[in-house]
Amino acid sequence: MTHATATMTAPSAVPTAKTRYKSPTVRGRLPVLILFLPPALLLFTLFVILPMGEAAWYSLYRWNGYGSPEHFIGLRNFQVLFNNAAFSTALINNGLIILASLLLQIPLAIWLATMLAHKIKGAVTFRLIFFLPYVLADVAAGLIWRFVYDGDYGLFAAIAGFFGVATPYVLADKNLAIYAVLAVIIWKYFGFHMMLFIAGLQAVDKNVLEAAEIDGARGWQKFRYVTLPLLGSTVRISVFFAIIGSLQLFDLIMPLTGGGPLNATQTMVTFLYTYGVMRMQVGLGSAVGVVLFVICVTLAFGYKRIFMRHD
Amino acid sequence: MTDTSTSIRMSAGTRIYLYVSLSLVAALVLVPLVATALGGFKSLGELRVNPFGLPREWHWSNYLDILFGDRYWRQMVNSLFIAVMTVFLTVVASAMAAFTLAHVKFFGANQLLNYFLIGLMFPAATAILPLFIRIRDLGLLDTYWGVILPQVAFGLGMSILLFRNYFRNLPEELFQAAFVDGCGYIRFFWHISLPLSRPIIATVSIISFVNSWNSYIVPLIMLNSETKYPWPLGIMVYRGEFGTQWQLVLAFITLTILPTIIVFFLAQKHIIAGLTAGAVKG
Repeated sequence: MTHATATMTAPSAVPTAKTRYKSPTVRGRLPVLILFLPPALLLFTLFVILPMGEAAWYSLYRWNGYGSPEHFIGLRNFQVLFNNAAFSTALINNGLIILASLLLQIPLAIWLATMLAHKIKGAVTFRLIFFLPYVLADVAAGLIWRFVYDGDYGLFAAIAGFFGVATPYVLADKNLAIYAVLAVIIWKYFGFHMMLFIAGLQAVDKNVLEAAEIDGARGWQKFRYVTLPLLGSTVRISVFFAIIGSLQLFDLIMPLTGGGPLNATQTMVTFLYTYGVMRMQVGLGSAVGVVLFVICVTLAFGYKRIFMRHD
Repeated sequence: MTDTSTSIRMSAGTRIYLYVSLSLVAALVLVPLVATALGGFKSLGELRVNPFGLPREWHWSNYLDILFGDRYWRQMVNSLFIAVMTVFLTVVASAMAAFTLAHVKFFGANQLLNYFLIGLMFPAATAILPLFIRIRDLGLLDTYWGVILPQVAFGLGMSILLFRNYFRNLPEELFQAAFVDGCGYIRFFWHISLPLSRPIIATVSIISFVNSWNSYIVPLIMLNSETKYPWPLGIMVYRGEFGTQWQLVLAFITLTILPTIIVFFLAQKHIIAGLTAGAVKG
């Protein structure tokens, strides 16, 4: 794992050690370039790079997707976007999801990972169970939780009935819905983060821990001053995935709330879908895409520069 | 040494604390899943009063009706076809490109790699509207290829990175020996690189299969006719149709996630390693 992260930061290293077999490389270089590169290059350009560029272009137009974009309106789409209450909610919700991940999900993942690091019976089974929600499709997980939260037939109805309180319809309550969604996100993804930390813990040098023990460090101290600092790079990777995951969250929201009630659970991508795709407002939807792109790229570069420098 | 000493020193209290905490979390994970599977056996009336427990009467018909209808199987076959084609094209296109980027020296190789790595930085949703218009203009709307090609394209960045790092770590002596013997690049790729790359082919395949099998937004936008829907779309339609009959929806959910759960338990080691390795290396 640590090896893998090391290679990640320098993918474009110049091949200095491999320049020795120079003569055979000249022969037969052209066929391999002509045959091997175009499939990937063509697909990637056609379906990733060009659409991204087109999103930037379309975002300057009012366009319903038919004919060609002609009605140029400058930056008006962005103006509309940032004055839109639902889009503000979406941005706040994306922030909340990241916050919940930092404050609840990652601590939970670290806690479970350290518990599973003990040599106990059944550790492998627990690990499997915790990872299981991550392999399920977001859509299925969303529907399962829609059932759990259902006020008439679901588990929440039964729990409320057991305590004799009025059945809460959490997903229909515009103040509660987002917290219900956050709980599902944590349920779905904590196992993935836990796996990252299990791998990170395996790379921690046992001798350091032993030395700390000899020096008299006990449980929590050992964790706080030895293990946690050594997990630094894993924490950063985990945070990175939490942020990326939040920014592209869509599949889980649709079966749960579809962004409602009253836009209370919109994220940027559900907003793009509801306002851009469903209403075929190509310009506005593309503007959301551009905002998302700018955030993603800023994060990717900024994060790498600030936090991954030492890895 | 340290391991044995800590396990000996672990007190009964610690042990109880560990098992109680772990079991509690495990219950939180499993209860919704088990309740879903059991709910499929209940009647709607029983679901209302007893969503947690075992069904008083096992209604097999909920499950059997779905299994003997063609809807469920059609969606599974659609998903399988899309996923298999996505995996195949992703592996072929990215292995070939990564091989070139790893071993052939040409002007702009590093720039080209960085170009592909741009794909790692943003999700497909970002460009979904222009992508929809492109697919429409190519006449691929409402076809499997309209789903497969964008999925392959968005998987390329990660797959090329994984393949390239792997190819570069293969022993260099292999190249020298092969090239001295007059082996060309293409034969080298086919007869030496690929057979040695089974682990990384498995990793890339697992990542792209799981992504495609679970993917929702791309097929949602590209497909119109229900006969072509993969299961995540189909399950949403089913839920829309039988919205209030939760027992049927629960049976349908259970049957659609069953293949994932079975494969996961059969190949857990590979799947966990593949998904986390891919994530970390990305």
